[in-house]
Amino acid sequence: MIDYFFTPAQKLIVEIADRIGQEYIAPYARKWDEDEVCDPRPLWALAKADLFGLFIPEEYGGLGFGTFENCLAIETLSKYCAGVATTFAASGLGAYPILIAGSKEQKQKYLPRIASGEKLCAFALTEPQAGSDAAAIKTTARKEGDYYVLNGIKQWITNGGVADIYTVIAVTDPKKGARGASAFIVEKGDPGFVIGKKEKKMGLRASTTTELFFSNCRIPKERLLGREGMGFIIAMKTLDLSRPGVGAQAIGLAQGALQVALNHARSRVQFGQPVYNFQAVSHTFAEMAMRLEAARALVYSAARFIDSGAKNISGASAMAKAYATDVAMWVTERAVQMMGGFGYMRDFPVEKMMRDAKCLQIYEGTNEIQRNIIARELPKFVKPLELG
Amino acid sequence: MHIMACLKPVPEPDTVKVDLETHTLKRESAKLILNPADRFALEAAVRLKENTQGKVTAVMMGPPNAAPLLKEAFACGADEVFLLSDRAFAGADTLATSYVLAKAAERLGPFDLIVCGKVSLDGETAQVGPELAAWLGWPSVIWVKEITYKDGQLVLTRLTDEGEEVVSLTLPGVITIEPESNEPRPPSLKRLLSWAEKEVPTLTAEDLAAEPERLGLSGSPTRVLDVFTPTYEGKKEYLSGPPEEVVEQLVKILKERGLI
Repeated sequence: MIDYFFTPAQKLIVEIADRIGQEYIAPYARKWDEDEVCDPRPLWALAKADLFGLFIPEEYGGLGFGTFENCLAIETLSKYCAGVATTFAASGLGAYPILIAGSKEQKQKYLPRIASGEKLCAFALTEPQAGSDAAAIKTTARKEGDYYVLNGIKQWITNGGVADIYTVIAVTDPKKGARGASAFIVEKGDPGFVIGKKEKKMGLRASTTTELFFSNCRIPKERLLGREGMGFIIAMKTLDLSRPGVGAQAIGLAQGALQVALNHARSRVQFGQPVYNFQAVSHTFAEMAMRLEAARALVYSAARFIDSGAKNISGASAMAKAYATDVAMWVTERAVQMMGGFGYMRDFPVEKMMRDAKCLQIYEGTNEIQRNIIARELPKFVKPLELG
Repeated sequence: MHIMACLKPVPEPDTVKVDLETHTLKRESAKLILNPADRFALEAAVRLKENTQGKVTAVMMGPPNAAPLLKEAFACGADEVFLLSDRAFAGADTLATSYVLAKAAERLGPFDLIVCGKVSLDGETAQVGPELAAWLGWPSVIWVKEITYKDGQLVLTRLTDEGEEVVSLTLPGVITIEPESNEPRPPSLKRLLSWAEKEVPTLTAEDLAAEPERLGLSGSPTRVLDVFTPTYEGKKEYLSGPPEEVVEQLVKILKERGLI
């Protein structure tokens, strides 16, 4: 309902992502969900369309756009399958640490291959005992001459196994707590690096989630990103940049659910008329549309704020992620309800959307953690107001 | 290897309207899309180019508003694109169309290979590819689903009514590509942005040094006499009784009608 005044290039990004959604995703999304398959074909199409390189600088083979343009692609793809969008967005997530802290050599070596879609990327922070409490990670990286030796387990890693390049947070100095963590690049095939079991998930089943095992995994010391001790800061900056992308997934997913359910409500006849004629139904749709538009405006604003080069982006990024994903959960649940029995059946797409939406409230920092971040940031932005 | 890919603009089926009196398509009101079968031809040409370090030139005969489709062909891997557009081309049947394409091949070549889609969505004749080969005096292989290139020869797997056959083609030649035999890539954003606001180069009848009497309606021997929806009238006759009698009756009727 609202025109966000996209530039011609932004319109083109949406147009191409939409075409990939229609041609390379929509006909197969239900099957991938049923079979829990991360199919390489839509990823091939995304690579051919250059979308993996949207936010990677031109000097490293990308298109040099920002968070906002990346969000537009993620949003559009999520309308068709949030699982495929997860694989796509998670590759970007894995690339951010290299973009943030990589040396020129590291960027030259890895970013062009990520931008072209030749190699998928993954970000590995979470561990069995360190989820929301990310500073509690136990994976260690011990320096031995010209090498680092990694030991430990990472859990619930999106793109595990399908990615070739992993950015991994590990502890280099256990005495220093969060300041003792460092970020590394690990490549598929490195000695001692093993992909663990594939998780069985409620939703986002077209994307792969696995454990990663590091057992005396020896990597050259040139794989350290930034300096020792910067790992936690790199991880937090990475998530600040990527979280509006999860918000974009949420609005795309909710948009898809709205489109499917509205079409149903306008054609489903009960009591001699389309159910959309009943106010209980039409008002629900009005509410879905309002919340969705509010979420979209927030995600777009946060993304544009980030692209402006602003420094204090954590709060805006967390707001976009938490609000939009809560909206997506609510909208997809309502979409199922508005379609009644049809909504509950796996022959129709909205039950999948509802399952997919749930994960968005959990991954890349639970929405509870997002509220912690917002509350922590709030005093920096909200000054006391004295009246009278 | 220099490859020419022949593309056709066709009306998108959902947007096309039919003139109820003449039974012809109202083309001016329809949105134009790249003929679906031609996307497989373009993809085959681009893959062959990538494997042989060659070049793909995409050509399309059509009205000026078909130009954006050539921009898309560029974004899908064609190195150069040309629109063949002239009022004199209007009303062309497959013969006049293939003549214009042949003149374009002479003008823009030399080419080692010309790749066409198997059939167009609107005309459905599948004649243009083989006719183009005839104009040029080149061999043609139709319904190709697999292509390998070795020592100046193409080894092609083609569909036949009975199955498949493998043939070799000495270049230059013309092939038509079986739809669904590859997966056409989506347009590259980078290439689309690099094209920016550039005009699609257009060649006219004069540019192609085409003979005027071979163009458009005057170059088209095909005359559409009538377009109609066929009607079918089935006559039913029920035979009843015990099976033995019904069989006897049936045999008698069939003999009377000379069918057995």
